[in-house]
Amino acid sequence: MTLPAPRPARARALAVLTGAAALAASLAAPAAAEPAVSTFELENGLRGVVIEDHRAPVVTHMVWYRIGAADEPPGKSGIAHFLEHLMFKGTDEIPDAAFSKIVAANGGQDNAFTSRDYTGYFQRIAADRLGLVMKMEADRMRDLELTDAQVTPERQVILEERSSRTDTNPQAIFAEQRDAALYMNHPYGIPIIGWRAEMEGLTRQDALDFYRTYYAPNNAILVVAGDVTPEQVEALAREHFGPLAPTEDLPERVRPMEPPQLAERRMVYEDPRIGQPYVLRQYLTIPRREDQSRSAALQVLADVLGDGINSRFAQAMVVGGGVALQAGAWYSGDFRDYGEFGVYAVPAPDHTLQEAEDAIDAALAEFLASDGPTEEELARIKMGYRSAEVYRQDSQMALAREYGSALAADYTLEQIQEWPERLQAVTAQDVMAAAQAVFDRRRAVTGWLRAPEAAAPAGTETQEQQG
Amino acid sequence: MSRLARIVAPALARARIVAPALALLAVPFVPAQAATEVEVVTSPGGIVAWLVEEPSIPMVAMEISFKGGASREPDERVGVTHFLSTMLDEGAGELDSAAFSARADQLAMRYGFEAGRDSFTVSARMLSETREDSVELLRSALVEPRFDPEPLERMRASILSTLRDQATDPQAILARTWRERLFGDDPYARPMEGTPESVAAITADDLRAARERALNRSRLAIGVVGDITAEELGPLLDRLLGDLPADPWEPLGPAELSSDRDLTVVPFDIPQSSAAFVQEGLARDDPDFIPAYVMNHILGGGGFSSRLTEEVREKRGLTYGVYSYLAPYDRAALMAGGVASSNDRVAEAIEVIRGEWARMREAGVTEEELDEAKRYLTGAYPLRFDSNAKIAGQLAGLMEEGFTPAYLEERNALIEAVTVDDIARVAQRLLHPEALMVTVIGEPEGLPEAERAAPAD
Repeated sequence: MTLPAPRPARARALAVLTGAAALAASLAAPAAAEPAVSTFELENGLRGVVIEDHRAPVVTHMVWYRIGAADEPPGKSGIAHFLEHLMFKGTDEIPDAAFSKIVAANGGQDNAFTSRDYTGYFQRIAADRLGLVMKMEADRMRDLELTDAQVTPERQVILEERSSRTDTNPQAIFAEQRDAALYMNHPYGIPIIGWRAEMEGLTRQDALDFYRTYYAPNNAILVVAGDVTPEQVEALAREHFGPLAPTEDLPERVRPMEPPQLAERRMVYEDPRIGQPYVLRQYLTIPRREDQSRSAALQVLADVLGDGINSRFAQAMVVGGGVALQAGAWYSGDFRDYGEFGVYAVPAPDHTLQEAEDAIDAALAEFLASDGPTEEELARIKMGYRSAEVYRQDSQMALAREYGSALAADYTLEQIQEWPERLQAVTAQDVMAAAQAVFDRRRAVTGWLRAPEAAAPAGTETQEQQG
Repeated sequence: MSRLARIVAPALARARIVAPALALLAVPFVPAQAATEVEVVTSPGGIVAWLVEEPSIPMVAMEISFKGGASREPDERVGVTHFLSTMLDEGAGELDSAAFSARADQLAMRYGFEAGRDSFTVSARMLSETREDSVELLRSALVEPRFDPEPLERMRASILSTLRDQATDPQAILARTWRERLFGDDPYARPMEGTPESVAAITADDLRAARERALNRSRLAIGVVGDITAEELGPLLDRLLGDLPADPWEPLGPAELSSDRDLTVVPFDIPQSSAAFVQEGLARDDPDFIPAYVMNHILGGGGFSSRLTEEVREKRGLTYGVYSYLAPYDRAALMAGGVASSNDRVAEAIEVIRGEWARMREAGVTEEELDEAKRYLTGAYPLRFDSNAKIAGQLAGLMEEGFTPAYLEERNALIEAVTVDDIARVAQRLLHPEALMVTVIGEPEGLPEAERAAPAD
């Protein structure tokens, strides 16, 4: 009948108000939704972030490395992700792939993930086991040991993972091909999991070389969220991570950047496994890190155009039996070096991909010729951002990921913390300026995904052909 | 690129079915803090909900589960319950579709409607300041949805589009194939989203009938967590749900499972085969369910620490993900699992899995394995309770399964009480390697005994 026990509640931050305007005003106040976040740094360069959440006696413990797929040497695509798998194989102190077993035997869960800009490891566990997982994570930061007997089957595992995620999934193949075309020089064009032929050649030595250079306290960020105090976390971090030696002369994070993009790119990917075709376009643009005010305007632009039934795209293309079954827009601005702005439409059965693409372009042209978002649209969208600040506090993991991923992609704490205010500050003029800059097809890839002409339309006939 | 996503996802996705929902701390290392009580709240109108007050964030999360779900829909209207779940917020009361959406945005309420096989679930999160207006909007969606022609045709087109995707998606074909093989004519065999023919024929009147059927409040489970008191919750429940139909209804009898156990291949041109395996499981109220749950954790439910992961993935590199789970539906109990492996290696993966099934049946588990499993299962229990939304889901799930809140305190003791002899007995009773029904999609090599099935339609 009892649940894991929260401490006495903090004072309620928000007064009860009535009316949308009063509500918006109250939520705009930063005090309404500020998670308790503090930071520290050790002498060896390890940075720490602590997010207090005392509702349940559990913690989320994460270590993020400033090293991702975009930092790989040429020809070694997939090594960052392969190393992530191999990090569970053992150290001098904890051999024989015991890491996850020890976490589980202490009632914890663990996992890891690799992205373009970072590699992260985490455990969720009872708060009084924080020291244990921190000790284990510190141990494998410097003392990984690998044998070929471990590496060889694990290489098969990542090849099977590639099959599961990409090769059996035409949407994923399409995305991989688009990225490769969008980035003509920057490594964001290379898939995180790697190209199969290069993955097949990855060795134990490749993994160890990568590991020894980049897995070090001065290239790592520790994030702990949950039922802890900043003092506890810093003391534990000092004990476990403090003695670790940093990598001297850590290579500077310099990546090949894009040349001027002068020619529009287009592609058609045909796959008999496609039942529902669609058209999708990605524009290359700035990441948040480069200019948060402009990025905030791009975020609002994406939501005005493409979020929900009241968006411009839905009203122009979907509602009332339009050209498209679905249409939308998004802004991916959280990467380190570039942002991406996307638009897409799924054509209705009696319409073609060309008609769907034309409808997107017509909607964009109409928007560019207008005065931009209305006051009502801006208010609606900003209300969504403000309430998200409340709801996200209900997820320890989401807050921890937000801080860890941004810091590991070389964002500053100030950038993370000011982002909500930047979103609230966006004006209609800002949105129009951002739109004028981003919609340039010379810096975009447009892709059509469909079944080959010869294939019958989706349904039983198609399946019989495949049989 | 989560290392475990494919292993964990099926388990998590089924957590509400598989897991004996909550409970707590028989866990020795959880620090004793002031306990939060689960209050059983009965509204003035007689609606019962489980409440945990948690005022530290100005929001409320609730989950409402109506028993029945898609299993109760008529044969010729397959998919109408799913269709209903897409239409409740497409206009209600005075508000048309666009106005409803704008109102929800204005209130910053987040909600979802989901048609399941045995239940229909409404989940919602609302801010404290807009709670009353949010409840009114949600009430309107449940009680007076409009089913206007424009959104109805828009949702129909969207569902048909999903069906077109599923018709060529190997995972969807695999799931449909094994369900049809196993369940035959039972409603459990039906595609949840319907068929192109059934969806094309669904009318506004069908949706009205589906609403009366699916949102019947005579069998309800409700979990509420957040910034709200029991005194406030009672009247809120009556406002939100009091106007829904409450006529009693009788559930269908148990589903009959086919005895067909031939290994079946659905030919499909992909480089990696996917296999689904399934056999009869144990009902949630079976006295052996908890030992079976612990056994399955050791066999294939426990992520990196399971035998299947160790043997199929870690030792042999045959797959990225392999898992098993218990799925106690209301009218049928299953034990099932899956693996994906390249076409030239999937036969070996299936053989290893069959071998592990047999090894568990014949030799059970060691004291050490059992001890590790118990420490995980009891220790990880509080991790299910670290957000308002998760707790609300846990409470509704437990209530729906017929437990009282006392189960929260008993659950870990039940896990602790399991012995190696219990597991040996349950393994003998439950696991029959020859009773596994295996279905494979892909171009698998080296499965000579396989039946070639025509692709499912």
